[in-house]
Amino acid sequence: MRNATAGTRIPLALLLPALVGFAFLVLPMVGLVIRAPWSDLLQRLAEPQVGQALRLSMITATIATAVSMVLGVPIAWVLARSNIRGRSILRALVTVPLVLPPVVGGVALFMVLGRRGIIGSWLYETFGFSLPFTTTAVVIAETFVAMPFLIISVEGALRAADARFEDAAATLGAGGWSTFHRVTLPLVAPGIAAGAVLCWARALGEFGATITFAGNFPGTTQTMPLAVYLALQSDPEAAIVLSLVLLAVSLATLALLRERWLTRR
Amino acid sequence: MSLAADIAVQRGSLHLEVAFAVEPGQVLVLLGPNGAGKSSVLRVLAGLLPPDAGLLVLNDAVLDDPSAERHVPPHERPIGMVFQDYLLFPHLSTVDNVAFGLRSKGVPKAQARTAALGWLHRVGLVDYAKAKPGDLSGGQAQRVALARALIGSPELLLLDEPLAALDARTKLEVRADLRRHLSEYQGATVMVSHDPIDAMALADEVAVIEQGRVVQSGPPAELARRPRTDYVARLIGLTLLAGNAEGMQVRLDSGASVAIADPAFGSVYVAIRPETVAIYPAQPHGSPRNVWPARVASATPHGSAVRCDLSGPVPLTADLTATAFAELGLGPGSEVWATVKAHEVEVYAR
Amino acid sequence: MARNLRLPSALVAALLFSLSACGGGEAGGDSSSEAATDDPLTGNLTVFAGASLTDVFTELGQRFESDHPNVEVTDYFNFGPSSGLATQINEGAPADVFASANTTQMDVVVDAGSADGEPTVFAENVLQIAVPPGNPAGITGLADFADPDLTLAICAPEVPCGVAAVTVFEAAGITPSVDSLEEDVRAALTKVELGEVDAALVYVTDVISAGGAVEGIEFPEAEEAVNSYPIAAVAAAPNPDAAQAWIEFVLSEAGAAVLEDAGFRAP
Repeated sequence: MRNATAGTRIPLALLLPALVGFAFLVLPMVGLVIRAPWSDLLQRLAEPQVGQALRLSMITATIATAVSMVLGVPIAWVLARSNIRGRSILRALVTVPLVLPPVVGGVALFMVLGRRGIIGSWLYETFGFSLPFTTTAVVIAETFVAMPFLIISVEGALRAADARFEDAAATLGAGGWSTFHRVTLPLVAPGIAAGAVLCWARALGEFGATITFAGNFPGTTQTMPLAVYLALQSDPEAAIVLSLVLLAVSLATLALLRERWLTRR
Repeated sequence: MSLAADIAVQRGSLHLEVAFAVEPGQVLVLLGPNGAGKSSVLRVLAGLLPPDAGLLVLNDAVLDDPSAERHVPPHERPIGMVFQDYLLFPHLSTVDNVAFGLRSKGVPKAQARTAALGWLHRVGLVDYAKAKPGDLSGGQAQRVALARALIGSPELLLLDEPLAALDARTKLEVRADLRRHLSEYQGATVMVSHDPIDAMALADEVAVIEQGRVVQSGPPAELARRPRTDYVARLIGLTLLAGNAEGMQVRLDSGASVAIADPAFGSVYVAIRPETVAIYPAQPHGSPRNVWPARVASATPHGSAVRCDLSGPVPLTADLTATAFAELGLGPGSEVWATVKAHEVEVYAR
Repeated sequence: MARNLRLPSALVAALLFSLSACGGGEAGGDSSSEAATDDPLTGNLTVFAGASLTDVFTELGQRFESDHPNVEVTDYFNFGPSSGLATQINEGAPADVFASANTTQMDVVVDAGSADGEPTVFAENVLQIAVPPGNPAGITGLADFADPDLTLAICAPEVPCGVAAVTVFEAAGITPSVDSLEEDVRAALTKVELGEVDAALVYVTDVISAGGAVEGIEFPEAEEAVNSYPIAAVAAAPNPDAAQAWIEFVLSEAGAAVLEDAGFRAP
């Protein structure tokens, strides 16, 4: 780190805190790797519970991100571009899941979507279908906690985007929806992508709301974070193995994201 | 395809109230200082800014009628607009940018592309079809923006300071191109500019807007000969002085007097063109009856001449050749004598 | 000897603190203002106890504080799954006393040398079926846990009450069909209280502490999995005198009475 490659040199006043911060974030993961039970790692990895939990985690996190994008991008648009009153209250409301302890979020989801919930009870009486303890519930819990990340990211990107391009599109005959999907969306696509990454990461790591609202059952609702927590109760080494798997998969996925997809060129 | 506009709109502290008409094939240039409200007028014409009152009619179709709560949104108006920084969509190639307007109308992709390539050919940029806007120079971007605006055969073309972002040399070229395109274009054109040369070169009619109001309108030559406001006069380089004519003399509001060739009476403007002002280092004798002491307040190169601002009992703008300026050894603060022949002084009623 | 807290215990601590329904203990106990200032016991007493001991230990704690006004205990309880607590203690968490919900977790602590002396069993607990008031699903016994149409919760097999559940099912020859394996007994109880599950297997003490929020149904196979609750002082206890006093109090008649009221059985 002594000689930066041709490009800007990092000022010392920034480099030192950056190094400290980097160490702070990375060393715990290094600790995991060091403490891993390398001798029986492969054997443990082969256990069906590991694959099950991993598959479930990846699928639910991805679906939760997709749902968040479909619902969250319009919300972000309303917050950034519309003129309706009470926008700041709206913004506060959609970011509440960020400050709510996830377990509280889970209980709140029960209140609405549980068997005795406001909407859930109607669902149960009419269709005999109840959401808690299903994989769908996992997706719902993850979406609840992760969508605000996407909304905030996309709202920021929309605000930073030059709204005059939308004026130009209007003078060229493009109405509201046409302007949105031909001009606005492509312009903020990197911001949406960055928001989706955050959202996916948060959904993947979600624990409190999931275990409360969706419960815990291998194959159906036991995501990796739940598996890690429970393994910790009886077999900490299994927990470390699970954590490593999650870490490796997350790192691989995030590393695959090219920087140019996330920033304006 | 005529435009009749009568617009009143409030923009912050500026109250804008203008009325004008443009015939098909005509170019109207809105000239004025920054903050005068010209761009706002354009936005109203585009439908991006609903007026508070008035009426906007294009080819017998009412676009804005606030009293009837009628406002046609921009995407439903048959307009084409070139913005000050062109606003070419950065994520689309040049040809897709130009084709955008046709695609909005539902023209199939292949057809729209072909038409766009045709237009790129017309503006001489067909080799840049696949390039991204970020790779184009200012002049090239301007031409693409124009093609993009015209491809949809709009009834009204709006240009917002189309040459402002260009350097002097490119400006000359692009202005000439623009002139050609505008003469071929059959709809009405409204252009906003702060550069009087744009007005001279491109306009059929000029409307000068100051502080939200049209203070003078007419053909550009008329403006040049008879400016009615200080702003316009300074724009053109004329010295405009207000005074009271008493026969062969005009007594200026400042007290000094100017001799004129033809008798006049009453409140008048006295206009003196910069090239008619002669400068002497010492008081000259001879025919000019208009001789005044002056001090050089500032001197700036202006084309091949040096434009001097002279302060004194009769403030003047004088153009000298660079040689003359150097020979006289002038600089800011120099004390000189200025003369103007009486028959070079223009007088017109205020 | 105290070792630095490592990641697993820090993780567990963070998770526990966010999950424990009544984590941390209430500071509701007024220390008596009667001056018994010559009481030799002072300082803080940190008790780590299984989640099922939450209510009863809190009450015992309030009594303890009125007997020993210079000791603070109610603010320093750490309730949670016994397995997690055992791990924490072995990693060097500053506890004075450990009361486990089963002997297995106490063995974990004893085997690691973190216990001071031999543990003593101070109470026993058995499982009971908890149902929402009115028993809307009409649960009659353990056999209903094999019904796939019912929404049922038990504790996860990694925690003591889950171990007990597995034992009773085996003893009854029932293959359970449950929808959720809860991470601790309190979470299971909460779901019953909310009416989101038709029944859950929890401890009898939990049913009693929930009052009218849940109803309890006994089942004979419960006797197959009696959870013994051992208590021991921690070897590296910061306040060993208070630790001993607490253990004696729990084992005393007064303590036993409180435990019995809460539904625990005498060992």
